Amino acid sequence: MSETILSVENLRISFRRKDRLIQAVRGVSFSLKKGETLAIVGESGSGKSVTSRCLMRLLPEHTTEIREGRILYQGKDILKYSKREVEDLRGKEISMVFQDPMTSLNPTMKIGQQIMEGLLQHQSLTKAEAREKALEILKLVGIPHAEQRMEAYPHQFSGGMRQRVVIAIALACRPKILIADEPTTALDVTIQAQILELMKSVQEKTGMSIILITHDLGVVANMAQRVAVMYAGEIVEIGPTDEIFANPQHPYTKGLLRSMPRLDVKRNEPLVPIPGSPPDLSRLGTGCAFAPRCTCVMKVCHHCSPRQAPVGEDHLASCWLLDQRAEKARQAFQASGA
Amino acid sequence: MLVTLWVIATATFFLMKMLPGTPFNNERLSDQQLAVMNEKYGLDKPVAIQYLRYMANLAQGDLGESYKYVGRSVTEVIGERIGPSALIGFQALVLGTLIGLVLGVVSALKHNSLLDYTAVTLAVLGMSVPSFVFAALLQYYVGLKWGLLPPALWKGYEYTILPTLALSVTVIATVARFIRTEMLDVINQDYVLTASAKGLSRSKVIIRHVLRNALIPVVTMLGPLAVNIMTGTLVIEKIFSVPGLGEQFSLSVLVNDYSVIMGITLFYSCLFIFMVFLVDLLYGLLDPRINLRGGKQKG
Amino acid sequence: MNMELERSKTNPSLPIANQTLPPLDEIPADWFVPEPVDPRLQEQISGPMTSVWKDAMQRLVKNRGAVVSLFMILLIVFLALVGPYMSGRTYDEQNLLHSNLPPKIPGLEWLGFNGVDVNGVDQYEKRGITENFWFGTDEFGRDLWTRVWKGTQISLLIALLAALLDLLIGVAYGGISAFYGGKVDDFMQRIIEVLMGIPNLVVIILFILILEPGISSIVMAMIVTGWVNMARVVRGQIFQIKAQEFVLASKALGASNFRLIVRHLLPNAVGPILVTMMFTIPSAIFFEAFLSFIGLGLQPPLASLGTLIQDGYVGMRFFAYKLVFPGIVISILMICFNLLADGLRDALDPRMKK
Repeated sequence: MSETILSVENLRISFRRKDRLIQAVRGVSFSLKKGETLAIVGESGSGKSVTSRCLMRLLPEHTTEIREGRILYQGKDILKYSKREVEDLRGKEISMVFQDPMTSLNPTMKIGQQIMEGLLQHQSLTKAEAREKALEILKLVGIPHAEQRMEAYPHQFSGGMRQRVVIAIALACRPKILIADEPTTALDVTIQAQILELMKSVQEKTGMSIILITHDLGVVANMAQRVAVMYAGEIVEIGPTDEIFANPQHPYTKGLLRSMPRLDVKRNEPLVPIPGSPPDLSRLGTGCAFAPRCTCVMKVCHHCSPRQAPVGEDHLASCWLLDQRAEKARQAFQASGA
Repeated sequence: MLVTLWVIATATFFLMKMLPGTPFNNERLSDQQLAVMNEKYGLDKPVAIQYLRYMANLAQGDLGESYKYVGRSVTEVIGERIGPSALIGFQALVLGTLIGLVLGVVSALKHNSLLDYTAVTLAVLGMSVPSFVFAALLQYYVGLKWGLLPPALWKGYEYTILPTLALSVTVIATVARFIRTEMLDVINQDYVLTASAKGLSRSKVIIRHVLRNALIPVVTMLGPLAVNIMTGTLVIEKIFSVPGLGEQFSLSVLVNDYSVIMGITLFYSCLFIFMVFLVDLLYGLLDPRINLRGGKQKG
Repeated sequence: MNMELERSKTNPSLPIANQTLPPLDEIPADWFVPEPVDPRLQEQISGPMTSVWKDAMQRLVKNRGAVVSLFMILLIVFLALVGPYMSGRTYDEQNLLHSNLPPKIPGLEWLGFNGVDVNGVDQYEKRGITENFWFGTDEFGRDLWTRVWKGTQISLLIALLAALLDLLIGVAYGGISAFYGGKVDDFMQRIIEVLMGIPNLVVIILFILILEPGISSIVMAMIVTGWVNMARVVRGQIFQIKAQEFVLASKALGASNFRLIVRHLLPNAVGPILVTMMFTIPSAIFFEAFLSFIGLGLQPPLASLGTLIQDGYVGMRFFAYKLVFPGIVISILMICFNLLADGLRDALDPRMKK
């Protein structure tokens, strides 16, 4: 259960708009083990969705520049796949669940057909066999009266049910990796819990790995064994969930945790939001991208971008405060309570 | 639909009554003869009675008699003339839609390429330049100067080609533009991404997901397109001397043949309303979100 | 090393180094000192502040098609106003000695303006005419240059009148319908539904028959059929705006109906209203030309683009120039108005991105 199934190395992705270059992903590296759930957390614009879509080569060809990096899956670099290989990969090895269930389904196609499409594409089945399998999946994701619902159209389902259908489509061919891009953000809180439970149970049954993209730390705590925190196109901190929650090192991670209500903190402790807003990705300087908003900022942070340093077992963070030369500054900050 | 028809019939009737002069202006009739003609056509009775008679006749499908061609009913006249108009109209609609669809789809798929820009430019040209200018050009160059196709009259199938082409220009332009916009819109939808994420090849995604959704709204265009063609025939038929309904209308206008004018007006209106109705029906059948019995369904 | 923080040129709120950076292991220890937090760096405004209108203007200007169109339209309007006086003749001056002369412009003979007719004969030479008729003459010897531009004047006038009146009626109708909503709206919409069932052309033709062809009848006929479109657009816009929360907020703060209409609803609706108006103009030009073509338009000796095209068509075989000039003018006008209206619509729509 601890073999690495996917490995992303130093991924750099930029988008070319009319007159500017948007650096969406700037040197992201992480790995995913079999059967585990890795959460990627960050604000909008942090690069989490772009990274995940890149894993399936779903980024628009004309405007995307993948400047550097490798994505290793089963020994081969996905970025170098041929068109055919990419089509084989999608849906069969890696699947994706998108955020908005109201628009993720083709409104003019019956849902049974939408599930069968994937099956027929990747597996040599007869129509009848595909139908059987589709029924199975529908039951697996908890849609009642599956037989009749197969012939229904998306608009005849509620939001939560639609998301289940989307998950059914994603799981139809039993992929090894499921990427869930904010799967519960558009749903009611009670439905959220159901969907997450569903994903967990499927994972237990099939040993599937999950990359869960979210901005909700509660979901992270519930589902993920490891979490990567992204900011402005970089992973600023990555490690086991418990470790990150208990011992965050990067000021951004600390800021995120502080700005969330938590059960284990006293009630009168104020929520501290992070001041300011994320930077414009087409106009970045050479320093740490978080420096303008950081409360523990040093001179070096404005000039140079920090490199990743180990904090504990399997726990890495990119912050100049971790450098030995910052000892004095660390003490100063601690004293002032930052 | 029936209410609209009734309103149109009534409106047309009263508008006709307001037309200056009598239909017999051009003849040099003595007063007695005039009186006889008036009586024959029931024009001497009070307006209210005339109206009731008119509506009663209408209900039975009788549009009255032509004032000009004595002895022939309006229905007869329409019946004779409708053939050519229907032929070129139908051809133009089908040809125009097909070409327009192909042009629009291809230019949407190759968005921002040279082909796209050319197509869009052509479409704007096609929609802006008046159809009779095109018709005149076609007639002059293709018909007269180069002698490739007969420039006028109606003596065989090849005589239908130029008029059809002239009529179809606006259709092609409108359809191409419309489907292009629709496709560009649909391609950016989430469910197209879902389809790609399933591992479907690009062509399958385009055909099964994009086209399917983009084509449906095109149906709604058929109504206005039909109207476009109907108005177009008035001029096109004149230019190419096609013995159709449009030409008849122009002729009748010139000689004040009121009953024929009314008849054709009503006919066109009915046709239009019928097309709108048909389009609504078709749209309801094609789009599963529309419940025919009323309104859209909610999930 | 003394490195001062410099403001980045592209983004004044972000600092950059003004010299090349040292390799990471060699950064001096004195850089690892706490910096005061600068609140100015925290919020980055992406792009200078502009109003909605300036934004739209900027986008419009970038649209080359629209700019060229605007220019062409202005050029044609200029010629329409000034052109008839440039030749020194009026549009209805007849001179049978000068009938059916091909166009001749000294200096532009190589383009075809050489006074040579279909048979290759130089008509000016043949008849010993010394004056130059830039666009040629018609069968009555009237100068076509003057007639074309006078005709353009009239066509534009008709179109503009029709568009403006459409605007007034449409805005009033649609505005009232949308503002009061409910039963008022229902009723007014029913009327429109019925009206829409009648093909426009039919109504226009009947109107003209009743009112005798002339400028006012054409304008009236076009208004009667055209206002419906404007009313629908206005209504749609107002409903959209009404539903937005800033209107509710304003109401909650106690704004009167009048204030709501004038300060909130109308300014936001102006965009699509303007665009619709811009589309109405070519439509009106087309209808006028169309009517003239089937004989229901203006009567001689008045000239409009439509009558000129009709005359030109009749003589097309031997006197192509009679059709070409008005044909070109009307085509250019329609293309340019359509492009301009398109450009305006794209520029005003905040969601448009290439």
